[in-house]
Amino acid sequence: MKSRLRRRLLIAAGLVGGAFVVGGYLFYRGRDRLRLPEGVGAPQGEAWLTGWLRIGADGAVTVMVPRQEMGQGISTALPMLVAEELDCDPASLAFEQAPVDSLYANATMIADGVPFRPDDHGWLARLARHSQYKLGELLGVQATGGSTGVRDGWEVMRRAGAAARAMLVAAAAERWGIASAECSTERGRVHAPGRSLGYGELVAQAARQPIPANPVLKDPARYRVIGTSLARLDVPAKTEGKAQFGCDVRLPGMRFAAIAQCPVFGGSLKHADASKARALPGVQAVIELEATSTSAAAVAVVADGWWRAKRALDAIGIEWHDGPHRELDTAALREAFTQLLDRGDARTYETLGDAPRELAAAKQLIEARYEVPYLAHATMEPINCTALVKDGRCDVWVGSQAPTLVQWLAAGPAGVGEVRVHTPFLGGGFGRRAEMDVVVQAAAIARRVPGTPVQLLWSREEDMQHDVYRPMALARLRCALDAEARIRAWHHRTVSQSCTGELTARLQPAAASDLMKDKTMAEGAFDLAYAMPHRLVEHVLAHQPVPVGFWRSVGHSYNAFFVECFLDEVAHAARRDPVEFRRAMLAGAPRHRRVLETAAKAAGWGEPLPPRTGRGIALAESFHSIVAQAAEVQVAADGGLRVTRVVCAIDCGRAVNPGIVTRQMESGIVYGLTAALHGEITLKGGRVEQSNFHDYEMVRLADCPKIETHIVQSGWEHLGGVGEPGTPPIAPAVANAVFAATGQRLRRLPLRLA
Amino acid sequence: MARLSVNGTGQDVPLEEDTPLLWALRDALGLTGTKFGCGIAACGACTVLVDGQTTRSCVTPLSAVAGKAIHTIEGAAARKPFAAVRGAWIAEQVAQCGYCQPGMVMAAIALLESNPAPTDADIDAAITNVCRCGTYPRIRTAIHLAAAALAKQAR
Repeated sequence: MKSRLRRRLLIAAGLVGGAFVVGGYLFYRGRDRLRLPEGVGAPQGEAWLTGWLRIGADGAVTVMVPRQEMGQGISTALPMLVAEELDCDPASLAFEQAPVDSLYANATMIADGVPFRPDDHGWLARLARHSQYKLGELLGVQATGGSTGVRDGWEVMRRAGAAARAMLVAAAAERWGIASAECSTERGRVHAPGRSLGYGELVAQAARQPIPANPVLKDPARYRVIGTSLARLDVPAKTEGKAQFGCDVRLPGMRFAAIAQCPVFGGSLKHADASKARALPGVQAVIELEATSTSAAAVAVVADGWWRAKRALDAIGIEWHDGPHRELDTAALREAFTQLLDRGDARTYETLGDAPRELAAAKQLIEARYEVPYLAHATMEPINCTALVKDGRCDVWVGSQAPTLVQWLAAGPAGVGEVRVHTPFLGGGFGRRAEMDVVVQAAAIARRVPGTPVQLLWSREEDMQHDVYRPMALARLRCALDAEARIRAWHHRTVSQSCTGELTARLQPAAASDLMKDKTMAEGAFDLAYAMPHRLVEHVLAHQPVPVGFWRSVGHSYNAFFVECFLDEVAHAARRDPVEFRRAMLAGAPRHRRVLETAAKAAGWGEPLPPRTGRGIALAESFHSIVAQAAEVQVAADGGLRVTRVVCAIDCGRAVNPGIVTRQMESGIVYGLTAALHGEITLKGGRVEQSNFHDYEMVRLADCPKIETHIVQSGWEHLGGVGEPGTPPIAPAVANAVFAATGQRLRRLPLRLA
Repeated sequence: MARLSVNGTGQDVPLEEDTPLLWALRDALGLTGTKFGCGIAACGACTVLVDGQTTRSCVTPLSAVAGKAIHTIEGAAARKPFAAVRGAWIAEQVAQCGYCQPGMVMAAIALLESNPAPTDADIDAAITNVCRCGTYPRIRTAIHLAAAALAKQAR
């Protein structure tokens, strides 16, 4: 009762906040999402038609992509939305990462943060989402995450394409002295009976037309670009090695910095003897950096090349104060988390019926404990940032998932009032590049060598040992079956640190509060599609000095493992087939059911397998997409696990680009497979034990299973993300296959047979 | 000071001879197509060809490559399989974030130069580079595609 009251109070507090936001929105309603970005001109021979695209005199179309390209294909998917409504030739498409401007804010990502089930369309949920969305627009944060790129761009970028088309048509009609209604468009040309003009010939005049506020959008039945596997716009440059990542930025007079951060979390610098380092060739500066809310205490060396900087850094005798966490290790963390799991105050995320009463009365109670470790992101491009402080301004070049935050957070350490952010490609993001640690460090270093651009590049060891990790999490699951062997009551209780809470504390310590209900902790647990009469989902918040953050699919990355493995256990206890058992609980969720059936059928569910081989299945909805995966695993005599085949089915509503969707499923599966088979960050003496790819192993080509993806098309109204949803089901699918092959139930990641 | 032959051009590099080739390429010569991934030869992002052999440039000192022919992704077009590899990589839409791809392409070129019709097992053995985006299945298919295209050219 107490927790329910608290939940109500929290919702009420949210609504009061929301009311202010809605008020602000009404005041602010005039904002125009098709306006031009502020203070940004057009290159010679090009003109802006809305703030989302430019067209050149040659007819080339350059689309502003508001989300950062980090592999997910957003720099192709979003231009396709514009191209569809613009009626241009897809071959004329190019893209640029949009400049930092509130016009390009990701309001959907903010709206997705409300702790309501995605299928909750009640007034409270809708009001909360709407208020959060408006808050997102007002905050104006340009950020890439939560698999929101296409969903957020869907309306505005189609509207931009349609508005630009209307402006081109109006220009042609004006020139020909006819009505716009007499004109049509096709593949980059405006046509009227007996004549036609290319978009490039019309663009100058079109740019002088008013931007229509509500252009007419196409009937999806007429789509010719959306829904095709258009080749990615970034692939040729990336294949030829011409794509520029953050660490490839080269500027006149640029210097390079290497950094050593305090190896113990929460420690500080005691002493750095830089006399030897300063005498080495090419060394320009040795800089001590104090710890901030976003970054650890550190020593950096600036030199004329990174290797010289690194060698000089290694020559510095650095002594650290280990601080209060010098004893921290994984066993102690496990002990602390176990105590919280058993006795800690929990926050309730879902209450259906009365699960505690039903569990207490159950004749047959099934109970299990699960655990996942901290994980590093290990983006292939090590963390880096380039900064130049000059004339009261700081220019920052960084592959970042949140360029607006870069703009906000670089100013202080750089000691300037103006920050300009330049956004090259990200060599992997996965949530890691939403962090501002390296930005704050680079800005502080650049301030010490004004007028000199400095590229700060972390070594792989720094990257591995100073990540913001996927949280370690422990779970206790309990289930009671009814007389027909169906689930009567389900209790899901987990403990972990909070990703959103800790990110907030890093960015703005004053705004951090344990009162904030972090949806990501319970996502994939409080929002299940399975029908169960009694369900209780709770989470216990832990505080530890190990920094945690968003890691591809966030809470889903472990809740899917807990839920889908335990469900497999329950099915086994109920003597039911795992697919049938799930299917029976999905009568009210036809899309989930169809995805499950599609994967099971394509995988040949029920068909015999060779000895010591098992097949396992898992289903998980995340980021508004539903994914099922069936994995086949061979278990070697020495206990080695080999995943030979994965069949994946996804319903993301409709696929804007099926080729990209398929590859994102492969990507999510391989990323999740590394976590399932290898990934584990452990602590000893307050520091991370792993340091590089030799002790933090990756799935490689030789270990990669055959992957087959089936896209289940439902409807445009169900549009979901694809960057993350491929990851959650793979670990439980593999663990369930191991059980099928061996009878051993593995409840801890990475999977290791006893 | 070291004298190197990079992509067919002689280059004087004013760095200590124990400097890894990777940093001479990236910082001294501005050839940023070759990537830093791990610094311990464990990921292959820094793969270049030295006298036609795949070499992890992050652990290869300049002293070891003096007088040898170094090819990086910027000069990959001079290697016979490059056009076929590039075509196959685009046809298969391999690259995602793209950071590891120059190393992958160089490793694929070296494989096809020494083995024009690699089997899956040959590919497993030759492509040991790390990709965090999971482009492995596409790389496997693209290498087979490139091999087929090269075989067709040879006929």
